[in-house]
Amino acid sequence: MTFTELVLLFISSIFVHNILLSRFLGCCPFMGVSSKLKTAQGMGAAVVFVIVLASLMTWLTYNYLLVPLHLEYLYTLSFILVIAALVQFVELALKKLNPVLYKSLGIFLPLITTNCAVLGVAVLNMNEGYGLAAALVNALGSSLGFLLAISLMAGIRERIEGNDGIPNSLRGLPMALITAGLMSIAFMGFTGIIK
Amino acid sequence: MDIMHVFVTPLLLMGIMGGVFGVLLAIASVIFKVHQDERIGLIRAALPGANCGGCGYPGCDGYASGVVNDGAPVNKCSVGGAKVAEKIAAIMGVDAGESVPMRAFVKCKGTCTASPRQLIYDGIKDCRSAATIPGGSPNACPFGCIGLGTCVSVCNFGALSMGDDGLPKVDGDKCVACGACVAACPKGIFTLIPKAADVVVACNSHWKGQMVKSVCSAGCIGCTLCTKLCPVQAITMVNDLAVIDQTKCIKCGKCAEKCPAKCIKTGERVEVLAKSA
Repeated sequence: MTFTELVLLFISSIFVHNILLSRFLGCCPFMGVSSKLKTAQGMGAAVVFVIVLASLMTWLTYNYLLVPLHLEYLYTLSFILVIAALVQFVELALKKLNPVLYKSLGIFLPLITTNCAVLGVAVLNMNEGYGLAAALVNALGSSLGFLLAISLMAGIRERIEGNDGIPNSLRGLPMALITAGLMSIAFMGFTGIIK
Repeated sequence: MDIMHVFVTPLLLMGIMGGVFGVLLAIASVIFKVHQDERIGLIRAALPGANCGGCGYPGCDGYASGVVNDGAPVNKCSVGGAKVAEKIAAIMGVDAGESVPMRAFVKCKGTCTASPRQLIYDGIKDCRSAATIPGGSPNACPFGCIGLGTCVSVCNFGALSMGDDGLPKVDGDKCVACGACVAACPKGIFTLIPKAADVVVACNSHWKGQMVKSVCSAGCIGCTLCTKLCPVQAITMVNDLAVIDQTKCIKCGKCAEKCPAKCIKTGERVEVLAKSA
């Protein structure tokens, strides 16, 4: 891939193919931890961290273990194994080496071990046949897209939280789901900016 | 069929991958071991392990580290009570302080007969859901117990049960005052009172007398008679609802006797004591 293609891939993975609002992966934290902006950003940062690392490791696993052994069909199992072990390892290492970062990522690190967005990006990289550079760019873009979407969502939810205009039966989660749908429609507007 | 490729290689690969990761993690856990204050482990062992969250920390582990790291009070564990508080105090080398055993209390006497059910609620059988309908409750009284038993389902200690009259019953022996029901009830009809308390207002309505009477025959009508009767001035009116200060109450029961709505409960403690004796 040329440099221009990589830049285009980066932008399209953030906006056009936003992992939350276009691909609908990782919707659980999108609903679960988007009620406060600060926790949403913590979650987003942890996702960026884990997706980039996991993409690197799964790309290496796939291309240097599964392909030579002709065991491509084992990708789901081995990806989950790799991601779970990696997150555990990172958590242990962070706790010792960088307690401040560990505290700010906190509970979110183990939470995203089994997140479908993490596995989803790894599988996407494989399906699209990306090289290492493209895979990493895609991972970074997708995870930044996650951070963007969940931060926007949390910002909106903080503002509609105490809104008396919302009917009683729609308060809380129902309104959040409607908001997510509208945001998804808005993000569809990006379709076509990159061919 | 190539048995080697179909069975052996995949099994070997996954086995080796799992094994390698396991070993790596084991090594990492030794290399990156973080030294934890040993008092946290001791306190954790002294705690009952109910993980109820009644202390305000996420589970017993959270409370143990809270005591050591954040200087949380040692008598916050309502499940363990004074015994556990003493143990923790001994570990921390501080004074246990006083911990009053508490229990949950239902501030409502709006039984099926006393307070009519106004609507037939046909939604999810959960008070938190029923409380979102217009009016705030399927019952005529918007302050009272909805009666779908959400409190029973959140109680981890089996201390609550729904009675035939549509109100939850608190088992004073089993209740550890973790406060789960207090937090779950959308109407806020639960309150924590000292186990020794015996005279309590069992109503949650802040409406004026006439409106209360129109929806419930056992609600506090805000007549203020009890405040005048009380020999130690332990009762005050808060927004047309009588509230008894349990630190002042001498349990004479004069208010309960004269209350025209009969919404002041007394005698419950006697039952509890008789049962545990």
